Amino acid sequence: MAAPLVPLQRFCKLASLHVCGRRRLWSSSVATPPSLYKRLLLALTQRFYDVEILLNWRSQLKSQALQKKNAYYHYTQEHYGDNVASAYFILNMHGSFRYAGQSEWFRSDSSGKFSWDFVNQKDSLLEEVDLGRTVINQMGLGNLVGNPLRTLSLRGCHEVDDWALARLHVFQDTLEELDISCCPHITIGGLAALRNLKGLRRLNVSSLPRLGSPGLVIIMLEEMLPLCQVTAKGYDLSLTQLGGN
Amino acid sequence: MLTWRNMHVTVRTVSGLLNSFRVIRSRECMCAHGRIRTFTTGRILHNKFFKDLENQFNAARDKVADALPGSQWSPFEMNPNLPPERADIVIIGGGVIGWSIAYWLKKKERVRDGVKVIVVEKDPTYSQASTVLSAGGIRQQFSLTENIQLSLASADFMRNINEHLGVLNQEPVDLQFNHSGYLFVANESVAHIMEENYSTQRFAGAKVSLLSPVQLKEKFPWINTEDVALASYGMENEGWFDPWTLLNAFRQKAISMGVIQSIGEVTGFNCTLNRMETVDGETVDVKRIKHVNVRMPNSREYQPVECAIVVNAAGAFSAKLVDMMGIGTGPKDTLSGLALPVEPRKRFIYVFNCPDGPGLDCPFLVDYSGIYFRREGLGGNYITGTSPEEDAEPDVSNLDVDHEFFQEKIWPSLAHRVPAFESLKVTSAWAGYYDYNTFDQNAILGIHPLAQNMFFATGFSGHGLQQSPAAGRAVAELILDGSYQTLDLNGLGFQRIMAKEPLLEKNIV
Repeated sequence: MAAPLVPLQRFCKLASLHVCGRRRLWSSSVATPPSLYKRLLLALTQRFYDVEILLNWRSQLKSQALQKKNAYYHYTQEHYGDNVASAYFILNMHGSFRYAGQSEWFRSDSSGKFSWDFVNQKDSLLEEVDLGRTVINQMGLGNLVGNPLRTLSLRGCHEVDDWALARLHVFQDTLEELDISCCPHITIGGLAALRNLKGLRRLNVSSLPRLGSPGLVIIMLEEMLPLCQVTAKGYDLSLTQLGGN
Repeated sequence: MLTWRNMHVTVRTVSGLLNSFRVIRSRECMCAHGRIRTFTTGRILHNKFFKDLENQFNAARDKVADALPGSQWSPFEMNPNLPPERADIVIIGGGVIGWSIAYWLKKKERVRDGVKVIVVEKDPTYSQASTVLSAGGIRQQFSLTENIQLSLASADFMRNINEHLGVLNQEPVDLQFNHSGYLFVANESVAHIMEENYSTQRFAGAKVSLLSPVQLKEKFPWINTEDVALASYGMENEGWFDPWTLLNAFRQKAISMGVIQSIGEVTGFNCTLNRMETVDGETVDVKRIKHVNVRMPNSREYQPVECAIVVNAAGAFSAKLVDMMGIGTGPKDTLSGLALPVEPRKRFIYVFNCPDGPGLDCPFLVDYSGIYFRREGLGGNYITGTSPEEDAEPDVSNLDVDHEFFQEKIWPSLAHRVPAFESLKVTSAWAGYYDYNTFDQNAILGIHPLAQNMFFATGFSGHGLQQSPAAGRAVAELILDGSYQTLDLNGLGFQRIMAKEPLLEKNIV
């Protein structure tokens, strides 16, 4: 890395070469103007290589931390078996689960502590899993494969995207209830992946911000899964007027 | 500089560099007519005056900046669109393969600006490029292990595409990937091939499942399963996406990493020649490219770019480049007659609307008769196409669409497979080129024995888009590391063409 400590001033002309098309400030799907801090960071990034590299590192570290959290629990799986590994994974992600045949839910409290009773239940199969508002992503779902899940909740998970939905086909025989509401990265392409879940009876697709025409999507989902009851709240399904009258 | 003449200026508020202040100036002087005129100017003229002052100040500042060392000024008038005079690697072809190779080259360089890469593209509108005219599907259901591995690696790339191709401060890349899977339908005569392919695919890691006609009818009630013996269905990593988004994502990321884009057409090469004798006593000319002549659009001006390595990613037009070098013109069955067996083949895609057609669960269905179709959007639109017979190949000089082809070859099979498609309306159609490998319809990656520094990444025969991320990485490994590191694709080199052992793909669409 050349000239590490002296900030290199970039020519504005060079910076303009790197701009292809319209540059948007840290754009997300929300159309609020960025804060002063973000604007300042953007200005610094455009002028100094060092700031750009540091910010790249920061985002890389964040995504690496996320991947680490979602890594496959190989050690646990080897020593304690699949079920314990899945249970441990869910508790580490601050989710909760319930075994088949029992009515008690295992969950961690607000500080992340949980009881270790699940280690003794090597043969119990997971039936209901609640991973709402966790950072689970498509890699993390690999830890749940092999369990005959009947209910899965991924409500409000920011990292669940279409690829994660494509992995749900492993539960196609057993899954009856799926909740994927309020996940900001799910689009129609991922909902097409739910075609394999023929056993699904209840599906919740409320408040998905990236659905373009939610009314049509709901109808097509109901057509695709005829035995499934689709819940879709949080959309403005009123018919809009076209043109004059 | 400014001449201040006959101006009585009152400055009230000033925008721009100067803070607001109040200045009243009055000047009286002799003008040409001998009269003394003083007048107070209005507000508009005040602002115009100071804007003019600002412009003049900026102009003066720019002049000084140009005069100082470190500026871009030169006394010679140079065409700014010419590519640089020398580069390390010139990639000919700005489609998805070319930009993928450029991205991976920059990703694998160990030092900043380690390799200077130029991508030369002759048509910035991509009007005839195969990338943007493609149906955009990706599948792992091939019969060749190398193809399966390429597709699987590309799907893994697209899974984390924002990690790879996300540019800071730009929107995240949205490929619009539809995870609908591919469905191959076979009759009795080809069912055994499908079963063999299934075991190859499972062994290579693809998530495919076989369906009997009963299961098929249960899953997709709108299919006619009369003559179906077996169906192969992809569960994960298969579907279709937007090719233009992928191309642009590669391009923007590569440009942000320092790749230089040049718009121009390659009209020739300057090579050095080494006359050598093979083991069999044949005299061959081994060429090494020294300069690539890049001609500017609509002009005769060209720039000879001095380079070390040239990558041929020109797609359907790759054979033209090889002809320019004079390779492959010798007698057949000799080394000097080893030409690049890639030629453009025209394929049609038709868009039709059928309101009663399959819904959201419609996969990319490929019938054993060769036709394919997939859903496009949510409005009951579908796109379809097929490969024509060997002897009925359409003319490749233009991209005009033959509508009779749909009526005669596609519609009957479509209606047979999906009865709802008996009533449909064709709304649109387009044609695109396959970079068709006439030898065995698989990619050609690697070096030609007679062109020492030209790397080929062409001949994908319709799979270029879906294999582009992994193929780009493979070629970058070949160039920078000397051999394949992640996937072993030595089977896709020129060896097989020299030895006349085709690596046939039994699942061509």
